[in-house]
Amino acid sequence: MESRIEEHPILGVQEKGRIVKFTYNGKEMEGYEGEPIAATLKAAGVMVHRYTKKEHKPRGIFCAIGRCTDCVMVVDGQPNVRTCITPLKEGMKVETQYGVSAEPFDKQ
Amino acid sequence: MKRYDLIIVGAGPSGLSAAVEAAKRGLKVVVFDENEKPGGQLFKQIHKFFGSKEHKAKIRGFKIGEELLNEANDTGVEVVLNATVIGLYQDKEIVVKIGDEVKHFKGDSIIVATGASENMVTFDGWTLPGVIGAGAAQTMMNLHGIKPGKKILMLGSGNVGLVVSFQLMQCGCEVVALVDAAPRIGGYGVHAAKVARTGVPFYLSHTIVKAEGEECVTGVTIAEVDDKFQFIPGTEKHFDVDTICVAVGLSPMSQLLKMAGCEMEDNPKKGGQVPICDQYGETSIKGIFVAGDVSGIEEASSAMIEGRIAGICASYYLGFIEKEELDKKYEELTNALEGLRQGMFAPKNRGKLIEKTEEGIDVSMNLLEKGYLTDEEVEKYPGVTHAKGIHPVMECSQNIPCNPCQDACPKHCIKIGKNITALPAVDESVECVGCGMCVASCSGQAIFLINENFEPGYATVTLPYEMLPLPKKGDKGMGLSRSGKEICEAEVVEVRTSPAFDHTNLLTIKVPADMVMKARFYKGKEQ
Amino acid sequence: MSEVNDRSRDIGPFVPAEDDDMIICRCEEITKGEIRKAVHEGMYTLNEVRRFLRTGMGLCQGQTCGKLVKSIIARELKVSPAEIEPATSRAPMRPIEMKIFAKEAKEVE
Repeated sequence: MESRIEEHPILGVQEKGRIVKFTYNGKEMEGYEGEPIAATLKAAGVMVHRYTKKEHKPRGIFCAIGRCTDCVMVVDGQPNVRTCITPLKEGMKVETQYGVSAEPFDKQ
Repeated sequence: MKRYDLIIVGAGPSGLSAAVEAAKRGLKVVVFDENEKPGGQLFKQIHKFFGSKEHKAKIRGFKIGEELLNEANDTGVEVVLNATVIGLYQDKEIVVKIGDEVKHFKGDSIIVATGASENMVTFDGWTLPGVIGAGAAQTMMNLHGIKPGKKILMLGSGNVGLVVSFQLMQCGCEVVALVDAAPRIGGYGVHAAKVARTGVPFYLSHTIVKAEGEECVTGVTIAEVDDKFQFIPGTEKHFDVDTICVAVGLSPMSQLLKMAGCEMEDNPKKGGQVPICDQYGETSIKGIFVAGDVSGIEEASSAMIEGRIAGICASYYLGFIEKEELDKKYEELTNALEGLRQGMFAPKNRGKLIEKTEEGIDVSMNLLEKGYLTDEEVEKYPGVTHAKGIHPVMECSQNIPCNPCQDACPKHCIKIGKNITALPAVDESVECVGCGMCVASCSGQAIFLINENFEPGYATVTLPYEMLPLPKKGDKGMGLSRSGKEICEAEVVEVRTSPAFDHTNLLTIKVPADMVMKARFYKGKEQ
Repeated sequence: MSEVNDRSRDIGPFVPAEDDDMIICRCEEITKGEIRKAVHEGMYTLNEVRRFLRTGMGLCQGQTCGKLVKSIIARELKVSPAEIEPATSRAPMRPIEMKIFAKEAKEVE
């Protein structure tokens, strides 16, 4: 997890929650409880959160504060969840969103 | 429906400041904020603030945020988080989404302190993952401890672009270039200089042609633009990057006010649509006030003062205080606010090219175009003197409202005077003891201690250092010039850290004597 | 009558441009070309373009594209962006699920 800042010159070592397991597109992954889902995914190197409805183009984190809604994914079966402001919880099911569904376009 | 004396929308610097002042005066106050945590953008600000003592200068933004939260707790302000205000109506009724339901509230007065949203520019590939706002970068690195990318290009040379570029380097990212379509750097010269001396190149009159990549950003092409902002063919430059960070200004988030029926205006100097309000921050609807960026884009320091003014004015509007108290506090706070609104970067000077300082010295065009002062230019400023033994060199060349260096010196050898935008001058009759308090106190990291007579043939430069890993005494590396070029061998002869320096470490490097006015940063050998 | 709303004024023909396929409204995936064409079809205000194309009507409610759309309309009409009438602001200001929007909290006093 080289994207994580181990020690910061001003902020020191930031405190994190406990490590929890969740699934990303069916694959088991780990992250810190309470941090935004988007942060966990970013640390794991995931860039694409969804593919757009019309042009099927990739999108990821853009504003990181819940305004732009570009980072939405299907979380626990619910589409359009803003992952940058939704805290990670044990056992969450996080899936790439295609249009407004977790089904890839060729299966929709 | 629940009633409050005062409802505040937004728990950022201005909203919380307003709440504190009103609660102190006995109003029943509630603050709604859509975020999980209060403080707005303050907790992402890890640099030391400008201004003077009354503006909390030289304190880092997140520390000011902590102080403000404590103040809010102490005065009994009710802050409701995860509470999204979705409607504000003329009769001061608001609708808030809390959890999975909506609730209605009535305020006898309302303060809207919703802040701002980031502007964007479009370019080919701007929707690709890896193109992010500067605010997103700050949120990821300073709140969540995640690096926004490995190699990053920054678009925008205003204070946000400059400060965020520096913060990206502090957390271990590489900033490959700082790009702006404007011909001159928009932010403080001192912010630009601290980025430039690490070796980041500035490309003014350039903008992004294309973000490259299929699934996410893998590179970027920039090109020079002419005075009509059209690309000049043949000037393209490519960089391998995984992240493009966009910092092209902010717009007031004033939609709630428009919805309520407040009279609005489009004011480019204030950043866009803002409510028309009187000197007290009261809109065209009596009892609806505004404070902070929503009423015009400025800094967090001024937002906090505006918040306090609005809180006091709401207290007077509802009869909780007498006219005398209003007048007294209003005058005091307005003076503090006016103090911040002076100098070259004052709101009234936005967009103007200022060629001379208040002292009549030419403003460095090199600083405005490349991010650093030339060796010749630096000698012109009153903070730069030559003396035997150790003494400060203050490379502060623009009139910005800031004076902590003056108070920091225990020997009082730094003079700014009453006008806090004046350039600092060295009082050569007072001897410098080399304590370094001025170096650590300078929010712009523009003060150095130099000793031109360290040992035969060698001099020392003490510089502010806020990166990791922290070099150790005896380390050998290179001295970097103001433009970040390796110019000489350098040996670390002293590293000082102290709680009083607040995480600004003082690195003293030994350099050849003729490099003492040139070497301004240190780079370890193995990096 | 404001110049912006003068529908008898000749704003010239729609001229295709190289960057017409650039996405402007990220949520609804509306391109610059579509917005420019809309102006030439008579949509002179943000509200008109919004209803015509759905710019700014997606999840983010125009947070990102509002200013961009405004400047495109202004350039097509050859006026300053400040002269373009701002879009109507109405509740809900933020994306909210209909089931929540319709669920009034019970008063417990």
